[in-house]
Amino acid sequence: MSLTYHLQIVNLLAALLLLISFAMLSQRRIAGLITLFAWQGAALAASTALVAWSTGQHHLYYSAALTLVLKVIAMPWYFFRVVKKLNVDRDVEPMINIPTTMLIGIVLVIFAFNLALPISELSGTVTRSTLGIALATVLLAFLMMITRSKAIPQVIGFLAMENGLFFAATSATYGMPLVVELGVALDVMVGVFVLSIFFFQIRETFDSLDLKHMEKLREK
Amino acid sequence: MSTGILLQLAQTLLAILLAPLLMGWVNQCRAWLQGRSAPPITQPYRTLKKLFHKDAVIAHNASPLFRFAPYMIFACMALAAGIVPTIANDLPFSPAADVIALVGIFALARVFLALAAMDIGTSFGTLGARREMLVSFLAEPALLMVFFTASLISQSTELPVIVDTLAHQEFAIYPSLAFAAVAFWMISVAENARIPVDNPSTHLELTMIHEAMILEYSARHLALIEWAVALKLFTYSALGIALFLPWGIAVQGDLAALPLALLAMVAKLLLGGAVLAFIETISAKVRLFRAPEFLGTAFLLAVLGMLIHFLLEV
Repeated sequence: MSLTYHLQIVNLLAALLLLISFAMLSQRRIAGLITLFAWQGAALAASTALVAWSTGQHHLYYSAALTLVLKVIAMPWYFFRVVKKLNVDRDVEPMINIPTTMLIGIVLVIFAFNLALPISELSGTVTRSTLGIALATVLLAFLMMITRSKAIPQVIGFLAMENGLFFAATSATYGMPLVVELGVALDVMVGVFVLSIFFFQIRETFDSLDLKHMEKLREK
Repeated sequence: MSTGILLQLAQTLLAILLAPLLMGWVNQCRAWLQGRSAPPITQPYRTLKKLFHKDAVIAHNASPLFRFAPYMIFACMALAAGIVPTIANDLPFSPAADVIALVGIFALARVFLALAAMDIGTSFGTLGARREMLVSFLAEPALLMVFFTASLISQSTELPVIVDTLAHQEFAIYPSLAFAAVAFWMISVAENARIPVDNPSTHLELTMIHEAMILEYSARHLALIEWAVALKLFTYSALGIALFLPWGIAVQGDLAALPLALLAMVAKLLLGGAVLAFIETISAKVRLFRAPEFLGTAFLLAVLGMLIHFLLEV
């Protein structure tokens, strides 16, 4: 190992990111899911700040701060409020049972690592080896969106996917231009607000947040 | 060479003698955290002494295996405790078994315990043996995966080489070891019959696993099994320390480092025992049918550790 210590810590944080993705996949309670999402944001912010510090890319500091404010503080707080208002914090069985989901998750991780290997060879950044983890995080979040039938876990899965993409951008090209990142952050924020309005509407129509009920919607 | 053998003997004896103390320390921490008045730290020794002075009662239809099993289990655990480096590295005993053979030694003890439990033919014994086998057949592959992760880093399955690579070479952060450490913690909780997989202080038939197997034992047989259980906890703790916190273990032939190594080991064990008691206090026992999920997670973490080793550390 010839990497410097802060890059080793970036690697450790990347591993932590993957671990949190798996924890989210296995989490049954919505409150636990939101806490894990906040932790994922924290790991992301810390690793972005470390990359910024070790490579001297100053705009990454802004991204890290943005992640910290938006994904660690604002959104989890907002989600906790919504959960409290909707009173939906109960155990939810996912559509595929959890051990099976985890096994599928491992397959996805192997797939992502293999896929990322040739791509990361092309990249010239010091953090390129973490690209596989970023890709795996995206795929795992996708898996979570597929296996959950309730609305809030699906939205959290969507946000976790955005976390993964953000991490991919940081590790492959030291982040996107600041304007793009601001735009994405705004998009995500607005998306969450719109989706939370949907939560209330879905709840009002079906008396539940289970999206299976949406299949019954047909034009008469 | 002769110092090596002496040191080996001293280390093994130390492990055998200190093991009940570790058990007592964990019980004491648990009692403090749960707001009970704690038994003295030497309580396991007193229990052992009491049991050794009693007359053994054995069922009429017990086979010789039933009498023989406690000695076998104790011998396996003593052997394992001799192989794992606790204070000094690379002792003459260590080449006897690498980590894979170590898993085999644990399995041997388990097989004898399960056979002895079924030997009498009571329903509890059979039930306990079946449950134990369910838990262990899930824990074993996960344990092997943890060992493989550690051996991938050091290119060897020999414990002394692993310890040497991690403790005495240039310091590096291995994310894969972090995963392996969490997995190892979960496995040792399951293997040592602690909460959340099993409760060591329960005698409720619906939940007990380990206790159900040793219900028929009494006196010196029970004492040996209890001692072996304490020794197993000690060996697993020593193994965890050797793999994940090896700093302080003396290198081969370095006698001057031994007092410090002893001190480091005691400090790490005290800390580990307190953490174990803390985690046991804050977590609830899971249903038996959730145990596969718990151990499946441990297996998954260990496999992830290996994958991450290939991605980040090669």
